[in-house]
Amino acid sequence: MGVFTMPSLGADMEAGVLVEWLKAPGDAVDHGDIIAVVETDKGAIEVEVFEGGTIGELLVEAGEKVPVGAELARINGMVGTAQKPELASAPAPKPGPEPMRAEPKLGEPRTPTGATPKSLRASPAARRLAEEHGVDLETVTGTGPDGAIQRTDVEAATTQLDENAAPDLAPMRRAIAAAMKRSKREIPHYYLTHSFDISSATRWLAEYNSERPPPQRLLLGALLLKATALALSEFPEFNGFFGEDGFTPSEAIHLGSAISIRGGGLAAPAIRDTNTLSLPDLMVRLRDLVARTRRGQFRSSEISDPTATVSSLGERGVESLLPVIYPPQVAIVGFGSATRRPWAVKDTLAIRPVLSASLAGDHRANDGHRGALLLRRIEALLNEPETL
Amino acid sequence: MTELTYREAIRGAIRKAMLADHRVFLMGEDVGRYGGCYGVSKGLLDEFGPERIRDTPLSESAFTGAGIGAAMGGMRPIVEIMTCNFSLLSLDQVMNNAATIRHMSGGQFHVPVVIRMATGGGRQLAAQHSHSLEGWYAHIPGIRVLAPATVEDAAGMLGPALDDPDPVLIFENALLYNHSEDVNEPVEVDIDHAVVRRAGKDLTLVTYGGSLGKTLAAADELGTDGISTEVIDLRVLRPLDDVTILTSLAKTRRCVIVDEGWRSGSLAAEIMARIVEQSFWNLDAPLARVCSEEVPVPYAAHLEQAALPSVAKIVAAGRAVMGR
Repeated sequence: MGVFTMPSLGADMEAGVLVEWLKAPGDAVDHGDIIAVVETDKGAIEVEVFEGGTIGELLVEAGEKVPVGAELARINGMVGTAQKPELASAPAPKPGPEPMRAEPKLGEPRTPTGATPKSLRASPAARRLAEEHGVDLETVTGTGPDGAIQRTDVEAATTQLDENAAPDLAPMRRAIAAAMKRSKREIPHYYLTHSFDISSATRWLAEYNSERPPPQRLLLGALLLKATALALSEFPEFNGFFGEDGFTPSEAIHLGSAISIRGGGLAAPAIRDTNTLSLPDLMVRLRDLVARTRRGQFRSSEISDPTATVSSLGERGVESLLPVIYPPQVAIVGFGSATRRPWAVKDTLAIRPVLSASLAGDHRANDGHRGALLLRRIEALLNEPETL
Repeated sequence: MTELTYREAIRGAIRKAMLADHRVFLMGEDVGRYGGCYGVSKGLLDEFGPERIRDTPLSESAFTGAGIGAAMGGMRPIVEIMTCNFSLLSLDQVMNNAATIRHMSGGQFHVPVVIRMATGGGRQLAAQHSHSLEGWYAHIPGIRVLAPATVEDAAGMLGPALDDPDPVLIFENALLYNHSEDVNEPVEVDIDHAVVRRAGKDLTLVTYGGSLGKTLAAADELGTDGISTEVIDLRVLRPLDDVTILTSLAKTRRCVIVDEGWRSGSLAAEIMARIVEQSFWNLDAPLARVCSEEVPVPYAAHLEQAALPSVAKIVAAGRAVMGR
């Protein structure tokens, strides 16, 4: 028998409110199933279990606030604890380096829209509408035969979304304040910026997209994520967590994406194993993640374990940004808006799309020399977009 | 506005065609002195004489072949076959001659023959007189297959069928002959399009011929459940009018097909295939169909009724598709 405990959904989390049980005693659960919803300062987060078994006793009732590590449920047939032991045995960890590192197995994708698990019954019409509106079908209640999700159910869900479009941002603001205050208090930041010509990438992107319908097109943001993830694989001192015992690099690269939320919120959930995803897969995940994040629906694993973060201003931003590291991470890469600039090409002047990339590094874990090489490497990768 | 039976409507259409064009004549078993096995041609022998209303020997292959030959020779024959069950004896003529000659002669010959026959069950005539084989004929390229389901279509389809330079088969559901409706004359109908007989927004029922009445009754019953049901009458079984079906599906996203033919390899199966090929992303529920049970149609009344599509079966299928 195992115990399922209140997970740590970020270094600054001390306690969470169990909002809802999605499983009842006797229900079989499998690796990756979402079994509860927990309210934190970041919003309501769906919590996954990482080992299979049968739900035994529920130890906490909906509505109760319990510290991180507190036992929530017993799960029969599960070995050990649902979370990593160090978390389970730490009832109220101090803001520290240990992310939740319960690993979903590779090759078990995490349900981007359009690749829903077998048990989900949704009609083709419903699936198409859900994809168009970025609705996660797992959040929709079906009213068709055998509970199948039909188009009208998705329509109802999108209307609800509009109604719920403004999640309560006050707790999120507090979470941002706590994390950023800690970052600037504890982390000795240094900053590097580097501007370069990205015409190779934009040209390649235009050609790639011209042959594809809008849902299959790529955005520059996906290329930036992939290039950063690949570059980080060669610079391990920028990818990982800084804790009480110093820096621990992470083998996996789970890049967080800073996503702004209408009305003034911000979250940076991760796309797991960013460096291993193909560009089309990465784009699908990114769309799904952005849509869900703007509704305040991200999963525990997405929010708890980014190993580094990318903050990209997109098309409507300004030239450059100097981002702030999200603890316990040790680096954040920022991308300004690509802008057309006069640019020296050999001995003549040309007009080129120019992108400003910046790096904020934690000087306890890494240094500016290697940081500069990291930014150069990102540039080189973006110059060969077909290899991404 | 005149009230006509389906039988009278066809008789009127034959008469009108014969008066308008001296090349038109009718031949078949018992069409003359007996007046047709379903009474369609009663009185025509007296009016037009034995040269143009011709009784034939009991050989479907021979008189269908003669009709095809006459058509190639410039005439406009109407061949009546008692029921589609016996038409199998003439299938060789229809398939190997009527449907192919235009193509095999490089367009030098065309075959403007019209072949009418009764179809369908429900009259306790047992397995050799009760089948619905129009779906088989709808498989054959080179012919047009019509299924008039209303008195208006019965009155209006023969004219354009005779005008068609290629062979046209008309399937008349035998239960419809006594059915009467008010008809506005002159009747003008096309033989290209399906038609929406009842508009709705939740569910499309696709049917044709003898099943139209049952389907409309089922749509009324589904309506009392709050299911807004659209009914499409195919009218033309070959070539199928995909556009009308797909337009309806784009609105309702759910479809039940009602076809008195057997289920396997049926016209209903073809329609389902086309919907899935062309409208998959519009679907909100699995497609369903109500067909005849896969047995030779039984003689005993209760077994026969159980084997054929019924209002209750259509309603049940419609509810199931709607998740009710």
